[in-house]
This record gives sequence, structure tokens and C-alpha cells, in this order.
Amino acid sequence: MTDEYLLEMQGIDKIFPGVHALDHVDLKVRPGTVHSLMGENGAGKSTLMKVLIGMYQPDGGTITFDGHQVTIPDTATGLGLGISMIHQELSPVPEMTVAENIWLGREPRGPLGLISRGAMRRATQELFDRWEIRIDPTRPMKQLSIAQTQMVEIAKAISFDSKLIIMDEPTSAITETEVAHLHRMIGQLKDSGTAIIYITHKMDEVFKISDDITVFRDGKHVASLPAAELNRDTLIALMVGRELTQMFPKLEAEIGGVFLKVEGLSRGHLVKDVSFEVRRGEILGIAGLMGAGRTEVLETLFGVYKAESGTITIDGKPVTISQPKDAIAAGMGLLTEDRKLTGIMGVLSVRDNMIMAALPKYSPNGFLNLKRIDEDCQVQRETLALKTPSLSQSIQNLSGGNQQKVLISRWLLTLPDILMIDEPTRGIDVGAKSEIHRLMSLLAQQGKAIIMVSSEMPEVLGMSDRIVVMHEGSVSGIIDRSEATQERIMQLATGPGAAAA
Amino acid sequence: MSNTANEARTSTFDWGGFVKKYAIVGILLLFVILLSVLTGGTFLQPQNLINVIRQVSAIAIIATGMTFVIIINGIDLSVGSIVAVSAVVSASLAQMPDASVIMYPGLQLPVFVAILAGLAVGALLGLINGALVAGFNIAPFIATLGMMTAARGLALIYSGGRPISKLQPAFNFIGQGDLLWLPVPIWILAIVAVGAHVVLNFTRFGRHTYALGGNEQAARVSGISLNKLKIGIFALSGLLAGLAGMVLAARIGSGNPQLGTGIELDAIASTVIGGTSFNGGIGTIWGAVVGALIIGVINNGMDLINISPFMQQVVKGVIIVLAIIIDERKNR
Repeated sequence: MTDEYLLEMQGIDKIFPGVHALDHVDLKVRPGTVHSLMGENGAGKSTLMKVLIGMYQPDGGTITFDGHQVTIPDTATGLGLGISMIHQELSPVPEMTVAENIWLGREPRGPLGLISRGAMRRATQELFDRWEIRIDPTRPMKQLSIAQTQMVEIAKAISFDSKLIIMDEPTSAITETEVAHLHRMIGQLKDSGTAIIYITHKMDEVFKISDDITVFRDGKHVASLPAAELNRDTLIALMVGRELTQMFPKLEAEIGGVFLKVEGLSRGHLVKDVSFEVRRGEILGIAGLMGAGRTEVLETLFGVYKAESGTITIDGKPVTISQPKDAIAAGMGLLTEDRKLTGIMGVLSVRDNMIMAALPKYSPNGFLNLKRIDEDCQVQRETLALKTPSLSQSIQNLSGGNQQKVLISRWLLTLPDILMIDEPTRGIDVGAKSEIHRLMSLLAQQGKAIIMVSSEMPEVLGMSDRIVVMHEGSVSGIIDRSEATQERIMQLATGPGAAAA
Repeated sequence: MSNTANEARTSTFDWGGFVKKYAIVGILLLFVILLSVLTGGTFLQPQNLINVIRQVSAIAIIATGMTFVIIINGIDLSVGSIVAVSAVVSASLAQMPDASVIMYPGLQLPVFVAILAGLAVGALLGLINGALVAGFNIAPFIATLGMMTAARGLALIYSGGRPISKLQPAFNFIGQGDLLWLPVPIWILAIVAVGAHVVLNFTRFGRHTYALGGNEQAARVSGISLNKLKIGIFALSGLLAGLAGMVLAARIGSGNPQLGTGIELDAIASTVIGGTSFNGGIGTIWGAVVGALIIGVINNGMDLINISPFMQQVVKGVIIVLAIIIDERKNR
């Protein structure tokens, strides 16, 4: 073979206390190609990438980059070699402008060695023009939406003119339009000889853009194949080591009477006169584009932010909810969108994270019933097949999927009648994903009313009994499962004008 | 398969975790041994050890409250001034009728009233701290900095800038007395520390404290009333500062408005040496007490081996920073 590899990682080994995170792993990437890394969370993809950019030091193995064997002691060396990375967890400096964020640490300087804001702005504008990004470089980062922030991070990674760009879940927070934009950008980068290592959990995307695919499982290299030789089923089988029978294990649930009724709920410009009903045993999906107000509807319902107007009726009785405590007392639970920001309490134990919303139940007189807490947490751990060395482990040491399970437990322990879940499977691997889908189905079967916000079309279509579609803060339509199609949802989500065109 | 591996791991004793958790106790023992050798055994005399604990009991009582505050990402700079307010108020209500300078001539109250007043005034000032932090969303550093200045002024105004002396023996007993072979301040510290440990580990209030420190937004979504919790924690810190103020006043037999100057820094140092994280969500009461003991051992030991007080400050400063460095490393 005359294939010249840009990057060859051979026999990379990495051991953390108690975990063999990478077990003699190989990876070879050709220039001008997109090489996707696939595997469940905890399979070792992110660890390998952190070794590659110099964040971790390998315990064994060699790295050959651009024809030379290299060691990468820190990220600055990695960037110097021509390796940049878009991290899964975005880390902008919110008070700085877009331009300042992009050139952070390598600011263009004027004659006196002082930072030149003008040069920085022009450089950013050039970069944005070239890649067709429409964001004002002088805007403070904190005013940007998550999707815009993501685009800035992508632009920043490109701005290093790297030979290799690692993209870790770049599309988990952006809309279809922006995904298409990113894919065009990747095409141009490929044409100019840049190699891309791509990590995603979205199957459609993998086959759309990959040239090669490498699969990891439990820290081991499973296979590296040209994308053309794989299909969805064979790939999933390689990843999980088993055939998945059904992507969306939706169970037949008996749908009862109207349980939650929301009428004329309004707050600000993202929740405008929203009305819908949910029945016992039903999964109500809420679809819409980024910024359509879906998350805000859940937050307002739950009292995270106080509603300006509207009535909420649960089981025929009107309820007033002005803070989350009221919502919990009324039998509601809210699994928030951003696990890290509003979900987990990172340094606290798995057990403490689980019981936090149900504490009144476990301490009727103020003192904790530790025995009951431990029993109930053990039950949750077993029923949800939670992977953790112990309940006393800090939750931050768990994988994303397992953190999500702990947060689901947090709400199950409150014994809610209504469970609202915002992006149930964002950034979670395929195996854990279908477990969580199964769990949602089971909960509906037990007669709970479930409201699910999701940006993944297959998830919305696969899990929902009915779908509320939102557009710019208002409900633009409610569709029954039998009538729901991708096209119908997109039409409603893009608003009446777009539907006519 | 991976599940059984995990189970197996939990059943074996986690030595690494044990060492990390109790490293601070090891450091305390190390100092004790070192000083015992350097002083030829004088340091280890029971009377000296009791003395060390008594000397730091007020700091440790305050550090107990400070632990709650720092766990929720806060800081309480006002405790030293609250010590002074509590000292002058309680002393003024516990004066002997034959004192030469007397605040309330003719007033004869049972000593417990004076003690309750000292506790109440501490709790009240702490409550105001909490209300400023929770209600007006002021950073704890700023809110308690204001209180630190204002409360010191109040103590000076109330006492006319002079110590309030000649206190009833029953009041002085809090600071000078012995009970079952141990000084009363040590008993008070023991009760406070055990009580605080129980509250932090076995009550809903304690879990909420850790939750607020671990992730404020998540705590809110979990239905925790954050404002009440913050006010409660700052009030607790104030209450314990008030208690420490009376212990200190009773020790010297007078309520001095300059009492407790700088003690907030010793309390914060104890808390931090004891492993409470400035990033919130992590901290223990026993750690804070051990931290206070380390400070006491260093002070006492360096006195015994004739190191100058100036040098003592340098050593203390170095140890505080070292403690943080160790903490940073073990949390990696």
C-alpha cells in the first residue's frame, strides 16, 4: 500500500487508578479525510484524543505525526505541530467578545506590543467571511446562543490552520441548518488536505461524512474500516458487541384521561400563550428548532422562572407553581437540558446526587433516614444498571450516560406523576441511549405522564405519542403519532411562512 | 462482567482514599511528635496539651460555623467583630453589682440571660449577613466585610471603647472553669463540633448545604429553598461567633470591644487546612477542628522552643499555603 498516513498512533496505553482507559490502541488517519471514532461513552475515544493533543501523557505507545515520531507534553506543543480540537464541553470566556475568544492567548499585537483590537476584529471578520459565519465579532460571548457559541469554537479550531482537527460532538447543540453548514466546512477543509477526526453519536451523520471509521469498546480497538464497508446495523453491532433489536423500544401503554392541562402559559418572548394537555401513560414530545422556547416552557411549568400568566391544572385541580419546590410537591420532576450546569452536583457522591430532590421524603423530621436512603439508592443502582464502583463515588467520575441515569433516579425517587425530560439522551452513547428510552417507555406504562423535549428527530418520532411543535415561543401545531412525519414537523417548526414556501 | 469487577473493587479496602482523607490527621501527629522531641517531652505533658486545645477552642468553634459558610462557596469575614459585639453585650448584662464602672446600675439578671443575649446578638448579625447575601444578592465577601466594619464600630459604641469588667463568677466559669478535669471551653467546643457534625451529615439541612455548594442551579431545580438556606447558614456562623465571643470574654473576665480582632483569619485558615474546598461542596467539621488544633500546636510548640512571634507568623502563613497545595493535588 502506498497510503501515506498523516497520523499513526500505535499501541497507546493509558492507565488511570482502577481503570485501564486505553489498552494498546492503534489509530491511523490519512490526510484530507474524515475519520470517525465510534464507541459507547467510556470506550476511550475522548481519552485517546486528550493523549493526542497533549492533555494526557500515555503510559505506552508511539505517535507519528506528519512523518516524525513525536511526544506531546502539553497542548501548546500539540497546536504547534498542527493539531487542534473542538471540545465537547464548550469553554468560552463569557465576558469577552467573540474576537477576543478566538484569539485568546495569541492576540495580534500592534507596534508597541499592545493588543490590537482592530487587527483582532479584522482577522475574525476575514475568518468568518471565508467560512460564511454570520456572527458579529464584537459581540460579547455571553450574548450568543449555544449554537452560535459552538460555531465560534469551530471557527477558532480552524483558525489555527491545523493539519488535523479533532471535533468532539460538534453537532450536539446546533440545528440542522448549522449542521449542514459545518459539513460544508468540513468538505472544504478536506479539499485543502486537512484531516478531521470526528466523534459523534449521530449515526446519520457518521455515514454522511466519514471516509474511515474506527470503533472502540471498553478502551480497546475493535476495528478500523472504510465507511463504505459498514452500515448502521453492522456499526452498532461493532460498538456494543451485540445486535440491537430495536432502536426505540416503545411499549404499549394504557393512555388514561387528561392529567396535566396547561392553558395560556406565557413568559417573555420564548413562551407565548402555550396550551397543551398530557394524559397518564402518554409521552408528549416537544419538537422545534433551537431557540423555539421548548426548554423555556418546561422551566416555566416547573417554576424555575415564574410564569407571567397562564393556568396549570393537575388531575382536575388548579395548582400554583412559583418555585421548583411547588412543582415537586405537585408531583412533577424536571430533568434539565444541561447536565453539567443545572444537573449534577459534581463533587458530591452518586448517593447525594440521587436523593437531592426527594430529601423531604427521607427526612420527615429533619433527620435523614440513612438506611432507607441507602436501600432505595441500591435499588435504583440495580434497576437502572448504573455503572459506578460505589454509591459514594463522586458523580463527576462517571460517564455521561451514567450521570444521566443518576439524574433520572433523582426524580424517580420523588415518585413523580409527571416527568419532564429535556434532551434525554444528549451526548450519550448508543447503549445507554436505548436503555434510557426503554426506561421512559416503562415509566409511561406505569401511568406516568411524560413530557420530552428533544432535538433529535428520530427520538421525537420514535418515542412520542403526540408531538407539540413550537416555533418562536408559540405552539405551531400538535400532531398525533400516527400522522407524524419528519417533513410535517419541520414544516411546523419553521413557521407558517416557510411552510407556504 | 464489568459489573462483577466493580463489585470486587468495592469490597477491598480503599487505602488511597483513606490516606487522602486522613492525611491532615497525620500532619497533626507529625507536628506533635516533632515538637515533643524538640521540647524534650514538655510539649506532651497533659497539662500542656489541654492548654493547647483550650487556647484554640474559640477559633475552632468559629471554624465550625465557617465550614458551613465555605462549603456553600461563601466566606464570613465578620465573625471577629461579632465576637466583640457578643462579648460586650453579654458582659454588660453579667456585671457584678459592685463593679466600679457599671453599664446598668441596679440591674441584676441571671447569668443565663446574659449568655442568651450574647448568642442572640451573634445570630442576629449573622442573619443580617445572610439576608444581604440572599435577598440583595451581594457577594458574601462584600456583605460580611461591611458587617465586619460596622459590627466592630457597634461594639465600640456600646462599650464606650472601654472593656466591661468585673463579671459574675458564673459567667467567667464559661472561660475559666473546669468540669470533669477539662476546661469548660473544651467541653463547649466538643458539644458544638459533635452537634455541627451531626447536622452536616445526618440532617436535611446538611445535605442541602452540600447541594448548594456543589451546584447552586441544580440545587434550585431540586426544590431547595436557597434563600432560607443561605440565611440559616450565615445566622449559624454568627451564632457560633457569638458563643466564641463569650468564651473569650469569660476567659479574661471582661468584655473588650477589641476582642476577636483577626480571629476570622485563623478560623478561615483552620477550615481550609482541614480540607474544606474554596470551590464549594466539600468540607468536614472534624477537618476544621483538626485545622484549628494544628494552628494551636504550632503556636504553642514554637513558644516552647523559643521561636520569635514574628517568625511564628511566617511559619503559619507557609503552612496555610502548603495545606492548599496538598489539597489541590489530592483532588486531581
